[in-house]
Amino acid sequence: MLDDSRPIFVQVAERIAGDVLDGTLPEGSQVPSTTELSAFLRINPATVAKGMAELVATGVLHKRRGIGMFVSEGARARLQEQRRAAFVDEFVAPLVREAGRLGLAPDEVARLVVDATRGAGAVR
Amino acid sequence: MSTGPSTGPSTGTRTGASTDVAIATSGLTRSYGATTALEGATLALEAGRVHGLLGRNGAGKTTLLRLLTGLDRPTAGTARLLGEDPFENPRLAGRFCFVKESQVYPESFRVHHVLRAASLLFPRWDDDRAAELVDRFALPTRRPVKKLSRGMTSALGVVVGLAARAEVTLFDEPYLGLDAVARQLFYDALLEEVALEPRTVVLSTHLIDEVDHLLERVVVVDHGRVVLDADADEVRGSAVEVTGPSAAVDAFTGGRRLLRREVLGGTARATVATRATREERARADRLGVDLAPVSLQQVVVGLTTAAEPARPLQEVLR
Repeated sequence: MLDDSRPIFVQVAERIAGDVLDGTLPEGSQVPSTTELSAFLRINPATVAKGMAELVATGVLHKRRGIGMFVSEGARARLQEQRRAAFVDEFVAPLVREAGRLGLAPDEVARLVVDATRGAGAVR
Repeated sequence: MSTGPSTGPSTGTRTGASTDVAIATSGLTRSYGATTALEGATLALEAGRVHGLLGRNGAGKTTLLRLLTGLDRPTAGTARLLGEDPFENPRLAGRFCFVKESQVYPESFRVHHVLRAASLLFPRWDDDRAAELVDRFALPTRRPVKKLSRGMTSALGVVVGLAARAEVTLFDEPYLGLDAVARQLFYDALLEEVALEPRTVVLSTHLIDEVDHLLERVVVVDHGRVVLDADADEVRGSAVEVTGPSAAVDAFTGGRRLLRREVLGGTARATVATRATREERARADRLGVDLAPVSLQQVVVGLTTAAEPARPLQEVLR
């Protein structure tokens, strides 16, 4: 669920952001409390709070005093934009590298990507 | 368990700010004859956080905890608990709870006597919480403590430590004899408790992988010295594991602090103190070595098995 590659609070933020991206947490909906997430993810509540604070800072979440944390309007579009910027670095570059090792030609790689996209039932 | 004055400390003595220092030591040293169990430990642990006290058996963890809780006096240096000298200090009674590895209770005590005594000692004791935890750990309340199994005795210590809701709670390897399920119960209850009632917790352990995500800060003790005192998140990202042809691995690790290195045939695997930044990843790519993340436990193992003195690691890891 959580790995060792990055700080835990970053992974908490990514996890919640992921839920916003795939619609598990729709815009305007309430996010589980720090206590609930701490118990569920089995991590320190202060670490959860730090991850949430990141998302508040980037406008993905906002706090309603006395009620809790909510997904902001427009959060999904903002996250998509951020993640697209990182997509080449994080996904395409390693793909190209591995394809090179396997001796796959660029158009073969492209065909595999198209096939996989269709197989996945056309995302979005 | 000592008997504290029934006039418990007023809660008004707490300032409440989360940046308060709950535990501070300066040059703390304890020698037993020719053996130095702890040497020059200087620490400042913030209030309201969960701290891990990590290190091998015999590294000095228990000595440090005994000095912090006034069960022992330093040979040199000072220890402060909630701003007080902990040695025989009545002002600290009930404000901290030290759950020892092998807690000894009065001969005739049954489980419910222990809970009753604790409820009198700790001003913020929560009876409902205690009852619920007793239930969860399936502790027989009528049973004499001396008839409890090793694991049940540990569970009793854990129940007392959590239900006491003391300002500072120190657990010294609290899970001797607890099986994996019971340990998970303990970790879950600890998380609930600190989320509900934030307090300072020091958890001494060598089961680092199990408590990794519970800790905000880690203090690593090795051969009586504090070799690391840093945020857990900072430590986690502070080293990487490099695998590849020996020459390439050596080229990658050159000039960086090596925590561990193993060789099999022409392949080497090394744990090295560096962050997996974009530059480092590119360098690894060029050299043809693989980088893998390292767990908190692996960093600590690397720190505490290094042949050279671990002194400068604090700086290296920053």
